[in-house]
Amino acid sequence: MLNFLARRVVQLVPTLFFVSLLIFSLQHLLPGDPALVMAGEERDPAVIEQIRQQYKLDQPIPIQYLYWVKGVLSGDFGESLRNKVPVLSLIAQKLPVTMQLASMAIVIAFLIGIPAGIVSAVKKGTAWDYGANLFALWGISTPNFWLGIMLIFLFSIELGWLPASGYVPLSENWRASIASTIMPAFVLGNAIAAILMRHTRSAMLQVLESDYVRTARAKGLSERSVILKHAMRNALTPIITLGALELGTLLSGAVLTEQIFSIPGFGKLIVDAVFNRDYAVVQGVVLVTATIYITLNLLADIAYILVNPRLRA
Amino acid sequence: MGAMRLLRLAVTAAALLLSFGATVQAQTTLRIGLAEDPDILDPSMGRTYVGRIVFAAVCDKLFDIDEKLNIVPQLALSHETSADGKEVTIKLRPGVKFHDGEAFDAEAAKFSLERHLNFPGSFRKPELAAVDHIDVVDPLTIKLALKAPYSPLVAQLTDRAGMMVSPKAAKEAGDKFGLKPVCAGPYKFVERVQQDRMVFEKFADYWNKDNVFIDRVVFLPIVDATVRLANLKSGGLDLAERVLATDIKDVRADKRLKLSAALEIGYFGLTLNIDNDKNKGGLSQSAKVRQALDLSIDREAITQVVFNGEFVPGNQWISPEHPYYQKAFPVPKRDLAKAKTLLKEAGVTLPVAVDMMVPKGAENEAVAQVLQSMAAEAGFDLKIRVIEFATSFKQAQAGEFQAFLIGWSGRIDPDGNSYVFLHTKAPQNDGGYSNPEADKLMEDARVVNDPAQRKAIYEKLTKIVLNDEPIIYLYHRRLLIAHTARLEGYKPIPDGLVRVIGLKLK
Repeated sequence: MLNFLARRVVQLVPTLFFVSLLIFSLQHLLPGDPALVMAGEERDPAVIEQIRQQYKLDQPIPIQYLYWVKGVLSGDFGESLRNKVPVLSLIAQKLPVTMQLASMAIVIAFLIGIPAGIVSAVKKGTAWDYGANLFALWGISTPNFWLGIMLIFLFSIELGWLPASGYVPLSENWRASIASTIMPAFVLGNAIAAILMRHTRSAMLQVLESDYVRTARAKGLSERSVILKHAMRNALTPIITLGALELGTLLSGAVLTEQIFSIPGFGKLIVDAVFNRDYAVVQGVVLVTATIYITLNLLADIAYILVNPRLRA
Repeated sequence: MGAMRLLRLAVTAAALLLSFGATVQAQTTLRIGLAEDPDILDPSMGRTYVGRIVFAAVCDKLFDIDEKLNIVPQLALSHETSADGKEVTIKLRPGVKFHDGEAFDAEAAKFSLERHLNFPGSFRKPELAAVDHIDVVDPLTIKLALKAPYSPLVAQLTDRAGMMVSPKAAKEAGDKFGLKPVCAGPYKFVERVQQDRMVFEKFADYWNKDNVFIDRVVFLPIVDATVRLANLKSGGLDLAERVLATDIKDVRADKRLKLSAALEIGYFGLTLNIDNDKNKGGLSQSAKVRQALDLSIDREAITQVVFNGEFVPGNQWISPEHPYYQKAFPVPKRDLAKAKTLLKEAGVTLPVAVDMMVPKGAENEAVAQVLQSMAAEAGFDLKIRVIEFATSFKQAQAGEFQAFLIGWSGRIDPDGNSYVFLHTKAPQNDGGYSNPEADKLMEDARVVNDPAQRKAIYEKLTKIVLNDEPIIYLYHRRLLIAHTARLEGYKPIPDGLVRVIGLKLK
């Protein structure tokens, strides 16, 4: 186990190196000049030249990369071209927001998706099954932005129960914080719930037809114990992987949803940075999300082993 | 059993949440919804329109403008230009303090102006380029010595170039000053969470504090216009800027809301590539082709189709309501027959293909499509090329376009709407327009101070530009601001910025 962990951690290094190289070169392929974008309407050649020099944008790209890597290795991710805020403090500001939103979304997804999947597998062919399938189809095919705006109209404008957008930090007021994130979390969770439901259903169906489940039933175990203790445990392995991958995606920022609900998370940060050609911010955020994604994958592998003792060899 | 317990838990949780949904806000907090997250809040380095909305509550300027575009005193009391136009003497308001308690005086004013002029990366440098040096005459008087007479100077001081910063705070913070700006405006900085909110509180020692009635101002960037309006309707905001023209009916129908519309000082137009086009398209070959394109356009139809008739058709770099508008050259009517004749005279092969660069955005794209179908009837084939905003500037500068649909936020002096786009080799003259006669007139207008004389010069310039057609001016936007009916005292100013002085929340 330890060996396995150590190997995976060492693998992180070359992966992140390639990620950094990729981000850096890809974003320099984007047309547009950061200094020009920064100047916006105030396009004065002398000022633009000064900005280029100040941010070393006049240097060859490999040199710029070296400057950046050197900074990152010493813990300095640079500063935002647009706001002069250090990239690390931007990340520190946004990460908790995105983490809160992502965890709430994934909890909602699991709470809806797994029970729905189990019910539709156990009650295959009944109204329950069709109902769950209908829900899944709806969840997958509803665009986030549409659902988001509809929820705002219903809960904020018509009923006046929830704030239409914005974010209150957990530390400031946890109730207001949950009220401000429940709609976006539901929008995100709903789509994932649908995917989880489909996967849980098919995994459960497969397991329910296997020999050991038949044996368990033949032993006279209650149906409840057969399903929850015997069948579900085995069916859960692929669902965990799926959940971890979805969580990784959520953590890299739910761009559209954050935009609609004005949640100041990673998604909004990176989109604004890309449009403003705020290179240092894009690089910093992508590097951090890549690290999170890879780590979550690693954690999923560990969870696999915990759930399924056969992999513990 | 377990499922029931779960359900009960969920219902309880939902009920709990709902009871906290409507959070009570303090009566005296003004929450303003912005269309973007502003850039750095440093008057020397700020570049965005949305940043100027925030500055209007935080950083007072030497001068301000009123509803009719008159220049009025703010931190300055008066200004006087010498007979040769090379010296501008400014008297300052006494008893003014910065947010950190430092006194605002001639030394501080000199420092602020010099910072705008010399600070690395300052975007104010071009605006104050005419200034050679600044002298302190007495503790409340400064004198700006100019390299050459420059009549738009005082107008420049009504915006960021006229904002005064605390010398002590600016020296200490260096290029990080914008993270915690210290100015002399009605509200002082409390906190900023990037892309989330900017909080300011009433400045107790503000020189005009008797006219400040709201305790806190919070700016919330909400990019989606629909969501911004939804927040206003649900009470999450008190004021929202940049309401869509298509939402006007909705706002007017809501009794709890009020709509305020100010005609912008800028314009929207089609920049034509005259001398910077490598492919030498039809538009670059003859003024007649450009005039034909202009005549094929029905400006009234554009504003009707795309903007519900709320925007104002225009044909000059300033709107028909601007004091410098040249009434001798009214907005032309569409004239297809004449357009076709002009094309025939120019001898170009039809249809004239035009590469039209259009920055991404629903409204832009709709305008482009209307233009396309109108111009087609005269014999033009406008090929719409939608492009991301950041890229469009780069390509514009490189001359990679034949027509470029682009707006300008506008400056209060007509010079700010014309010189940088029309003067030979000016920084934003992307189409390479050059007419020595026009250059001379633009230079003359900068030297003359008398408004009547200036207007006469601009009349000649307008005639030339309308004939050469480097830019086809199309329309002027209305800067739409919606606010709760509880907000009293709101005055629309043509620059679209929110003046917090005199505002009351019932």
